[in-house]
Amino acid sequence: MLDQIVFYFFAVLAVISAVMVVTRRNVVQSAIFLITALLATAGIFLQLHAEFLFIVQVILYAGGIMVLFVFVIMLVSLDVSLNQVQFNRQWWLGLLLALVLGAQLTIAVAVGRAGLPLGEPAPAKMLEPSTQLVGRVLFSEYVLPFEIASILLLVAMIGAVVMAKKKI
Amino acid sequence: MHTLIEFAKPILVPLICAVVIVAVLPLVAGYIVLLERKLMADMQARLGPMRVGPHGLLQPIADAVKLLLKEDIIPEEADKAIFWVAPLISVTVAMLAMAALAIGPWFQIADLNIGLLFVMGIGALGIFGIVLGGWSSNSHYSLLGALRSAAQLVSYETAAGMAIVGGLLLAGTLSTREIIQTQDDYGVWFIFAAPVGFFIYAVASIAETNRAPFDLPEAESELVAGYMTEYSGFRWALYFLAEYTNMVVVASIATTLFLGGWLRPFAGTKAFDFLDYLPSLLMLVFAGYCFYRVPKQPVKIQQAVLAAVGLLLILLAGILAAPLLVPAGSLVADAKAGLHGAFWFLLKVGLYLYVFMWLRFTFPRYRFDQLMHLGWQFLVPLSIVNVMGIGLALVLHRQWGWGHLPAFGLTTVLTLAVAGWLAWAGEKKEKQRAIVGEEA
Repeated sequence: MLDQIVFYFFAVLAVISAVMVVTRRNVVQSAIFLITALLATAGIFLQLHAEFLFIVQVILYAGGIMVLFVFVIMLVSLDVSLNQVQFNRQWWLGLLLALVLGAQLTIAVAVGRAGLPLGEPAPAKMLEPSTQLVGRVLFSEYVLPFEIASILLLVAMIGAVVMAKKKI
Repeated sequence: MHTLIEFAKPILVPLICAVVIVAVLPLVAGYIVLLERKLMADMQARLGPMRVGPHGLLQPIADAVKLLLKEDIIPEEADKAIFWVAPLISVTVAMLAMAALAIGPWFQIADLNIGLLFVMGIGALGIFGIVLGGWSSNSHYSLLGALRSAAQLVSYETAAGMAIVGGLLLAGTLSTREIIQTQDDYGVWFIFAAPVGFFIYAVASIAETNRAPFDLPEAESELVAGYMTEYSGFRWALYFLAEYTNMVVVASIATTLFLGGWLRPFAGTKAFDFLDYLPSLLMLVFAGYCFYRVPKQPVKIQQAVLAAVGLLLILLAGILAAPLLVPAGSLVADAKAGLHGAFWFLLKVGLYLYVFMWLRFTFPRYRFDQLMHLGWQFLVPLSIVNVMGIGLALVLHRQWGWGHLPAFGLTTVLTLAVAGWLAWAGEKKEKQRAIVGEEA
């Protein structure tokens, strides 16, 4: 009962904020609603006992990336975006596609429900020390992809510094 | 009724803890401000607040009433909704970060698996309150203050995070409770195993809370009051509450990770058990001082207030002493862990905050480029070296069988050598830049 209330709270919050992100004219307000949507998703992770995923979502998306977003947006003039047209001529096509996709998903879930592995929750205590689990798997089984990704990030970071600075 | 109680049981204790924290923190913040003003006055050979209550003891309450009654001004051109919500974000986030901290073994809202990571991550969201407040004010001073604050927070978060990684390597867990437990098992606080890490965290935490000498986001001489220039009354007070809550949070992190949390000094040694009487003794000394000052107060009501404070302290001393005096096994004796744990934890947090204030009154403010240099060219490289050093020490200890002292001693010396080299290189570069500047 409580679980469901919490889930629907976060879910509704996420959906409403997501709609607000694309409908607000003011970019800063859009950014704030995007933060809310990301945090609501993080809340759902938390409810699923994926604590590590929750905190990564908060630190990386809400804390790191969104700060940079807000940073950039604040320094851009608002007047331009306030006067821009929000929809272009293909809006009806987009709406149509979205509706078709939504209908497909609904039908797929409704028809194939029996075949899909839905409603089979993992045993409650299985993922208890999730942080340790993630760490162990990351540094043993997936150590090569992990290292490659980190080298890639390092290269990107150095590249950004080199491009931004005239003289090093 | 019965089902309701059953339903509420698992959330009751955390709920009480949460209510206590939310209710008490504003008061604590107010008294930290008073303490800070008194300390500043003392270091500058003044008296500080003396009028409201004996020795200004009721000043925070008067200030709070004043701030609540002041007009809440919202600038005409401000983005009203965001202006309205920004201080709330700051306060909410700062208080939320308290949720995972263990103030003594009995008082904790939630012992999370991700413990310290939660405190750090949620604390980092506080930047939104500052940035949005600065932007929505629609004032150049506010915006500049907010930008400086954001840049500063992002820079020093890296160093603080890496310093914490060093401590976490030693602990091997993120849960605040288990971190303190590990220090109990080792018999030594992590500050002695990783002194450089503690130093980095201390500096970075001052910068993260926007305190002097790193208080550029609200540098009065340049930016009026930085991001809160346009705020007044209650909203301004909320920003202040958030700032002081953040100070308590960073002090609690440092206490948990480096200073042994709720552990008494020499917790494992029987010979130092007399330290258990220290809390009560300390309270009695303070109470005695209060009573000594009572006849010197000019007004009757001030005498009464001071006497009441003295009685309160005696009561506290009694509560802290009670578990030691009754025989073991009873409920009162069991309360010792909770009460004394909370006392030691709060004492360490208080000392950490005292150092914050001491530094504030001692050092002049940094220039912004100096701040960035210190962050990126000294603290961040040093913190990475520190993590590698601790890793090396752990390998030496666990796989090569070295003792604790040689392993950690060696790596600390190595890290300090790197620190010296970094400082020397930075100095040299600075000199070169000065010479080039003169020629140009």
